[in-house]
Amino acid sequence: MRKLELVCPAGTPAALRAAVDAGAHAVYCGFADETNARNFPGLNFSRAELATGVAYAHARGAKVLVAINTFPIPGREALWREAVADAETAGADAAILADIGVLAYAAENHPRLRRHLSVQAAAANPDAINFYAETFGVRRVVLPRVLTVAEIAAINREIDAETEVFVFGGLCVMAEGRCALSSWATGESPNLSGACSPAAHVVYAEEADALVLKLGGLTLHRSPKDAPQPYPTLCKGCFATEQGGARRESHVFEDPMSLDAATLLPDLAAAGVTALKIEGRQRSRAYVSAVVSSFRKAVDALAAGRPAPPGALAALCEGGDATQGAYRKTWR
Amino acid sequence: MMDHAAFPPVPGPLAGLIGLAPPPLLAPALDRILRETLRSRPDLVARLGVHATKTFLIDPTDLPLVFLVRPDPARPSIEARRRRRGLPHGWDGRIAGPLSALLGLVHGAVDGDALFFSRDIAMEGDTAAVVALRNAIDDAELDLLSLAAESFGPVAAVGGRLARPFAAGLARATGVALLRSRGPL
Repeated sequence: MRKLELVCPAGTPAALRAAVDAGAHAVYCGFADETNARNFPGLNFSRAELATGVAYAHARGAKVLVAINTFPIPGREALWREAVADAETAGADAAILADIGVLAYAAENHPRLRRHLSVQAAAANPDAINFYAETFGVRRVVLPRVLTVAEIAAINREIDAETEVFVFGGLCVMAEGRCALSSWATGESPNLSGACSPAAHVVYAEEADALVLKLGGLTLHRSPKDAPQPYPTLCKGCFATEQGGARRESHVFEDPMSLDAATLLPDLAAAGVTALKIEGRQRSRAYVSAVVSSFRKAVDALAAGRPAPPGALAALCEGGDATQGAYRKTWR
Repeated sequence: MMDHAAFPPVPGPLAGLIGLAPPPLLAPALDRILRETLRSRPDLVARLGVHATKTFLIDPTDLPLVFLVRPDPARPSIEARRRRRGLPHGWDGRIAGPLSALLGLVHGAVDGDALFFSRDIAMEGDTAAVVALRNAIDDAELDLLSLAAESFGPVAAVGGRLARPFAAGLARATGVALLRSRGPL
């Protein structure tokens, strides 16, 4: 069986080196500004750090993909264009883009820089993907995390572009690139500012019986003592609702848990997927080392026709729990 | 990677012994280590950005001391305070947890988000500043034993190198990340 490509996150140069050393086939990262969807304090790369990181990866046979996957703010398009140009100058192997204006700019002005379509573009059917491939020369599409394995197989039968799917990490089941929950609560979003639930708007307060989590002044969660804590996003919030006169508290949008599709790798390979993506540019080099080495063993075993060794990544999951998400969809 | 479920507390007698140390006497040593860290890791300051001038309360919950750290390269300061008088005021962000968990974070042996999910560590105050500090430290690949040794000149640096095998053995025996973590374990 052909070997699946493992695409791994790096929020810092140390994490990039950790990913390459742990067996990443490719590493994705972003510049330290709002051109990428992980624009968090203390994270991301300067131009010089990217060039050094590319050299480190290439010397060890790994690729570097640069995420420029937010949507330009009117009047500030130059920042996104400079990011594309600087990614090519640094020797990046591809740019991961979402906005059609940035895609058009890259195709016209930097045609030798390979173009991948970010999950932020939310291209989830063959017509949309073929449009991006034919119009902007997109070679690979990162599929949204709302598709079943069967739907991914159906897409792959009708497109020429490669597909990349998420297999581990934070799970976002919204229409990515179009979610306005963070923007509604804070005025900033992953789509324009590059950060979902920006840290500057997050407040944790320890009260007598619970840890209270607030985002933009809204209470998202009250975690009892020692109970697992979620990310501070509205979609993982625990809210009180009334149904049929009965009041109950629940995770209205989605439960706080991570995606782990390790056991689905054979199915994803059979569905025609080219690359597997690990989420987590905001995570530490310890996370990167552990997750990348675990999935590299699984990918190698699959290629050799051996059963994948069991992973032990539960402790790294949000809420300490994992799901196969939409790949094994039991809802509609 | 360290087991997130196991963060052994500082043994009571050792914590008591540490608590006997007068904070003013600790100040010169802590100050030298902080200055050496900022001097040898300029990227750490760059990653902190505007948060470098903020004050962080590092709160090892199993020690009788807490530490007020201001990583401002222009005016760095670190101050130990006794916990028995309550937590001090005048900080922007607080990171609290067992010393073994905090050492695991500094040495890259554990993941900060995972410790946060499991409630092994807690943060309070200026969330953006705490996140910036966490990311800057993770990228800096610090090794506290080396930094401490190098802060006190070449003789101490040699002593630090000689102490490394002992520290590695102690780390294996206790499960505490006393040295910088190197790659997947």
